[in-house]
Amino acid sequence: MTVLSAGSPPRSRGTELKPRHRRKWTGWGFVGPFAVVFLFVLVAPIAYAIYLSLFQDKLIGGNKFAGLANYTQALTDPQFWTGFGRVSLFLVVQVPVMLLLALGASLAIDSARLHWTPLYRLSIFLPYAVPSVVGALMWGFLYGTQFGLVGDLDSWFHTNLPNVLQSTTWILPAIGNIVTWEFVGYNMLIFYSALQVIPGELYEAAELDNASAWRIIWHIKLPALRPAILIATVFSIIGSFQLFAEPSVLYPIATNAIGSAFTPNLYAYNLAFNAQEYNYSATIAIVMGVLTVIVAYVVQRVGQRNQGA
Amino acid sequence: MAVTERAPSAARRSARPARNSRKAWNPNKRRKSPMLTAVMTLGLIYALLPLFWLLVNASKTQGNLFSTNALWFGGHFALFDNIKATLTYGDGQFLRWFGNTLLYVVVGAGGATFLSTVAGYGLAKFDFPGKRGVLAVVLGAAAIPSTILVVPTFLMFSKIGLVNTPWAIIIPSLINPFGLYLMWIFSRDAIPKELLEAARVDGAKEWRIFFSISLRLLRPGMITVLLFAVVATWNNYFLPLIMLNKPSLYPLTVGLYQWNALSQTAGGTPIFNLVLTGSLLTVVPIMIVFLVMQRYWQSGLAAGSVKQ
Repeated sequence: MTVLSAGSPPRSRGTELKPRHRRKWTGWGFVGPFAVVFLFVLVAPIAYAIYLSLFQDKLIGGNKFAGLANYTQALTDPQFWTGFGRVSLFLVVQVPVMLLLALGASLAIDSARLHWTPLYRLSIFLPYAVPSVVGALMWGFLYGTQFGLVGDLDSWFHTNLPNVLQSTTWILPAIGNIVTWEFVGYNMLIFYSALQVIPGELYEAAELDNASAWRIIWHIKLPALRPAILIATVFSIIGSFQLFAEPSVLYPIATNAIGSAFTPNLYAYNLAFNAQEYNYSATIAIVMGVLTVIVAYVVQRVGQRNQGA
Repeated sequence: MAVTERAPSAARRSARPARNSRKAWNPNKRRKSPMLTAVMTLGLIYALLPLFWLLVNASKTQGNLFSTNALWFGGHFALFDNIKATLTYGDGQFLRWFGNTLLYVVVGAGGATFLSTVAGYGLAKFDFPGKRGVLAVVLGAAAIPSTILVVPTFLMFSKIGLVNTPWAIIIPSLINPFGLYLMWIFSRDAIPKELLEAARVDGAKEWRIFFSISLRLLRPGMITVLLFAVVATWNNYFLPLIMLNKPSLYPLTVGLYQWNALSQTAGGTPIFNLVLTGSLLTVVPIMIVFLVMQRYWQSGLAAGSVKQ
């Protein structure tokens, strides 16, 4: 790992210096600026959102304390749960597909059996540099029949491909494809980086045993990849639950298929900006945040337990 | 495309150090597999096709967009006319957005890198009351999805009058828990404590030690954090979309979104050629940054994935 081995000589891993008394608070001088901004942009908004979620703004009676009424409303809100179900479905299908593709690509790149390896590594990673807005714009055009690819395919092969942008069934896979395109290379590089730090002696030993390439993958590479796979899974889960940019950019060309509550994030956005329901929007954001943290935590625990076994 | 042509040479340069980790077992001796190469070529086409499409279509006039084959240049080669039109449309809106993006990136990502470095160093090299708490809270915060915070942050910022100012974008970009984590690990491993102790014996003040000695040793880690922060700020969309409704403050992402929405609505002005050329101009700089700095990329990813 380049970062961690950057300093030259081997040395003791003493983390902290034994502080002399007068230096006891010096550390705060360094951590302080970060901590202040952190409180302002992370802790304060959460606290304010919790505060807002406990109130309701009624036409009659104005702003009134409402206890947990907003939460009861959220937990029984079919629009919220439909959106949640949609991102869960997305997560269950798109994340494994993307991670398996990334895994395959990283093993191929690491195998040394590929011609022009760096070309593949860079090209597949390149879409990650594309802002999600531009990614969704491009794919939105490509899906279109006007001057996109689908129109051309239809005229070449005399087919009548479905217009994914007008179909409630196809819009989710269409978005899944965009997200996969954006992130497969990123995950591939995470896996590839983990493969790079496998000690060469392991491969030498395998070579002496005449182990096949598949056995090397199964017994050396995959076990070494487990922490990286776990991290990538957790990040991808968080990413799926946050789905916003792609449906929001596609919305003008796929209005009917997407609607205002396609994902919980889009719903919270529309509640705040189109319906002016700030209190309820804050509640949705909190509920979604809590659900995300719970799912991410559970996946991580399960993953770590399996690793120990 | 200019960008892809640079790719192989840049890659070769940075691939070299990685190879060294496997000196004895030389993977380069292995037989190449045409089958594997063919399969991976499909992946390469999938990754590059939309970008190629973007380049092709950014070089067409609006009329030819609809009338010619989507995957090849057709009719008049209008890329330079389109670039000119993009830069001048609406009193040079695009250039303004470009400038805004640069401002948000320089101050936001630069500030995030500085705060992470100073704080990571503080956590790694000092013992102070509440340190464990700080670590736990910050690392826990990394798990909170950032977009979940966007709506609450907007509600708070609108209360205190920060909405529709550059600060609404810059301040939230300043916190990067992953950057702090990386700089913490990096400071712990890259700065020998003997060096700090020697400087202290000489009577140097802590901040002087930091700026004159430690900062230099921390540079590779800082560049990695900076790169991640630049990409995140350059691509930021949800936050500015919510915080800003003055077009003069938009970054490129939100500006392009608005141009596209304008083109797609009935009765709006179709400026598809500008949307496409603008997208191309947005993508090219960040890709160049990526390709030039990919060594730092890999080290950041490695640190994030190996250390849990």
